Amino acid sequence: MAFESLGDRFQAILKKLKGQTRLTESNMEEMLKEIRVALLEADVNFKVVKEFVNHIKEKAIGQEVLNKVSPGQMLVKIVHDELVDLLGADQCEVNLRNKPTVIMMCGLQGSGKTTTSGKLANLFKKKFNKKVLLVAGDIYRPAAIDQLCQIGKQIDVEVLNLGNNINPVDISKKALEKAKKEGFDVVIIDTAGRLQIDEVLMEELVNIENEVNPNEVLLLVDAMSGQDAVNVAKSFNEKLHLTGMIMSKLDGDARGGAALSIKHLTGIPIKYAGVGEKLEDLEVFHPDRMADRILGMGDVVSLVEHVQENIDEKAAKKSVNKMMSGKFDLNDMLDQMDQYTKMTSGKGLAGLLKLLPGMPKISEEDQQKAEKQLKKTKAIIYSMTLEERKDPSIIKNSRKLRIAKGCGMTSYDVNRVLDQYDRMKKQMKELRGRFGNDPRFKNMFK
Amino acid sequence: MGLFSFLKEKIAHKSKEKKEKYVAGLDKSRRNFSSKLKALSSRYAKVNEEYFEELEQILIEADVGVNLALEIVDITKEETKLQGITDPNQINEILVDKMFVGYVQQGESIVNEIQFKENIPTVLLVVGVNGVGKTTTIAKLAKRYISKGKKVLLVAGDTFRAGAIEQLSVWANRLGCEIVVGKENQDPASVAFDGMVKAKKDNVDLVICDTAGRLQNKTNLMNELSKIKRVISKEIPGAPHDTFLIIDATTGQNGVIQAKAFKECTDVTGVVITKMDGTSKGGIILAIRDELGIPVRFIGLGEKMEDLEEFDLDQYLYGLCLGEEK
Repeated sequence: MAFESLGDRFQAILKKLKGQTRLTESNMEEMLKEIRVALLEADVNFKVVKEFVNHIKEKAIGQEVLNKVSPGQMLVKIVHDELVDLLGADQCEVNLRNKPTVIMMCGLQGSGKTTTSGKLANLFKKKFNKKVLLVAGDIYRPAAIDQLCQIGKQIDVEVLNLGNNINPVDISKKALEKAKKEGFDVVIIDTAGRLQIDEVLMEELVNIENEVNPNEVLLLVDAMSGQDAVNVAKSFNEKLHLTGMIMSKLDGDARGGAALSIKHLTGIPIKYAGVGEKLEDLEVFHPDRMADRILGMGDVVSLVEHVQENIDEKAAKKSVNKMMSGKFDLNDMLDQMDQYTKMTSGKGLAGLLKLLPGMPKISEEDQQKAEKQLKKTKAIIYSMTLEERKDPSIIKNSRKLRIAKGCGMTSYDVNRVLDQYDRMKKQMKELRGRFGNDPRFKNMFK
Repeated sequence: MGLFSFLKEKIAHKSKEKKEKYVAGLDKSRRNFSSKLKALSSRYAKVNEEYFEELEQILIEADVGVNLALEIVDITKEETKLQGITDPNQINEILVDKMFVGYVQQGESIVNEIQFKENIPTVLLVVGVNGVGKTTTIAKLAKRYISKGKKVLLVAGDTFRAGAIEQLSVWANRLGCEIVVGKENQDPASVAFDGMVKAKKDNVDLVICDTAGRLQNKTNLMNELSKIKRVISKEIPGAPHDTFLIIDATTGQNGVIQAKAFKECTDVTGVVITKMDGTSKGGIILAIRDELGIPVRFIGLGEKMEDLEEFDLDQYLYGLCLGEEK
C-alpha cells in the first residue's frame, strides 16, 4: 500500500544515509523526493510541499554531521524544526477574559461544527468553570437544532433554541442580549455548514460577525481534507476575520496535512483538535507535538500529560511503597491493573504506545486481546479470598480448584496468574536492589 | 478518431437538459481544473518536460494522488512520444483519454442504478466516515426511487449521533415514506433487523439502511458494521444487494484507506461522491477506482432532494478537464 506514515518513510530512507558524514545534494536527493511524496500523500498542499522541500534543501546542504549523530538524524531534526515552524510555534487556546466571550463557529458541511461546539462548551465549563451558552444557529439542516439541544443536555449546558423560522443573524443578536442579561461567560454560536462559494450564505456569516462582533471566529477543518482545503480556508478568511481553526476527526488515520498547509498559507493558528466522538474528546493543539507525530518520533509530552491526568497518584504511591518494601501481594497487582486501565482509558494501549517513540506498533486487535486477558486475570484474583490475596503462597491444589470454579476458568489459568505474580514480585525485588537506597528516590517511598 | 473525440460526439447527443444540470453542478470544480489546463496549453507552443510536470501538479491538486498522477502523466507522455504529438491541446485530449480508459479497465462494467430483485425487498446499506453526507444522500436516493414508483422504506440505523434519527425522520416526513426508528443508543443491528422484518411484511421494493458515521480505524465500530450486514443477510438472503460508501468530494488521500477498510467489512459495491457542487474536484474517486476497482454510482450536487445524478464518467472527465467547449 502506498500510504506509509511519514515516519516509516523517513526511517527507511534514513537507513540508506547511515555512515555518511556530510549532507550533500546527492545523498539528500532521494530523501527529499521521498519527503515530497510523503507530504503529498499526507494531503499537504502541493505548493506548500514545494516550498517546504526547498527550505529543507537550503538548510541542510553542506551541514556537517555532528558527533555521534547520524546524517539521517541530522536531517530529521532539520525536517522537524521546519515542520514546527510551518505549524506555528506555540499552542494557543481561546482567550476567555472577555465577558461574555463570543465564539462563532464556521466551516463546510460535515466538518464537525455542532459536535465541536458541544466539546468546546464542555471544556470551558469543566476546565474553567464557565457559564456557557450554546446557540443553535443552523436553521437549515434537518434536526441540526435537535442535535445541539441533545448535546447541551448531555453536558448540562443551556442551549438557545429559537426554532428555524428566524434568521441566524437575529438569533445571534438575541443570544448576545441574553448572555449579557443573564451573566453568561461564554457564548458559542453554531452555524450551518456552507460552501465557501455560496455567496448568500457567506453573506449571512458576515452579517452575524458584524452583528455580534465575536472575540473568536473559528474555522472547522476536517483532518481528512485534501488539496482544496486551502482554497476553502482562504475564502472563509477573506470574508470573515478568522482567529483560529479547529481540526476535527484527528482520531482517524488521516495525516492531516491540510491543516498544516492552511496554517502556512493563511497564518491562522490551529487551536484545538477533535480526537474522538465523545464530548470530552477535544485537546489543545500542540504544533510541536504534531510535527513529532508526523515524523513518527512519538508524542512523549502528550503521553505524560495523559498519564498524569488519569492515574490516581495516591494509589500509585501506595503500590510503589509496597513494591519497595517487598510486600507486594495480589491486591497490589490488582491495583496496578486498575491503574493501567485508567491510563489507557479512551486511548487504549495502542493509542498510548503510539505516543511513545520507539515502541512497537500494536494493532487494535492485539490490544483488545491484551485487555481481555487483563479482565480474566482480574476475575481470577477476585475469586480468591482476602487471605489468599495477601499471601498467595497458601494457594495449593484444592484452593486452586475452588478459585477456578469461582471464576469459571481452569486451574491452569489460576497457575498462569500466580506465575505472573511471582515474576512481578521478582522484578520488584530487583528494582528495590537497584534504587532502594538511592537518595533521589527517597521521597517516592514515603 | 480517438476515443475521446468519439465520446464528445456521444455526449453531444445526450439530452441537453441533463447535461446542463450536470455541468452546472460541476461548474466550480470544472472551471478551476479546465482553466488550469487551458492556461497551461496556451503558455506552451510546444510540449516539453516542464509541461508534463505542470500536468502532474494539476492532477495532484485535484486529489488524484501522487502515484496515480505520475502514472497518468507517464502514459500520456509515452503516447505523445509514440505519436509524435507536440501540440498541447492534443496532449490534453490524450490525457483525458487515458484517464477514461484507465478508469473503465480498472473493474467490472458499471450499472449505476440499483438493480431491483423480484419478490423480495432490495436492500441498500449506506456507510461512510463522519460528516460525509450519508443521511442527506439517503434522502436523495429515496426521492429518486419513489419518483420511479418504488415503495421505499428508510431504516434509521444511526443510533449514536445526537439528532441523527430526527434528521432522517424529517426527510422521511418530507418524502412521505415510511421509516423504522430505534431508540438512541440501541444496537443498530437490531434496528436493521426490525427494518428487514417490516420490509418483508409490507412488501417494500427498496430498503435503505442508514448507519452512523465511523472512522475506518476504529475496529469496534467496523465490527459493528459487519454485524449489521450479517443481520440483514440473515433476514433477507443475498441482502444487502448494494452497499454504498459515501465519500466527501473534499476528501484527500485518506479516501483510499476509507474505501479499503469499508470494502473489507461490508463489501462496498459503489461510491457516492457528495458535495461536488463545491470547488473540490473529487479526484480521489479515480484513485479509489484505480486501487480497489470500486465504481462511482451517483454524485451529489447540492443540498436539495433532487440534487443527485447518476455518475457519468465521460461527463465527469469532460466537465472536469475540458469545460464547456466542444
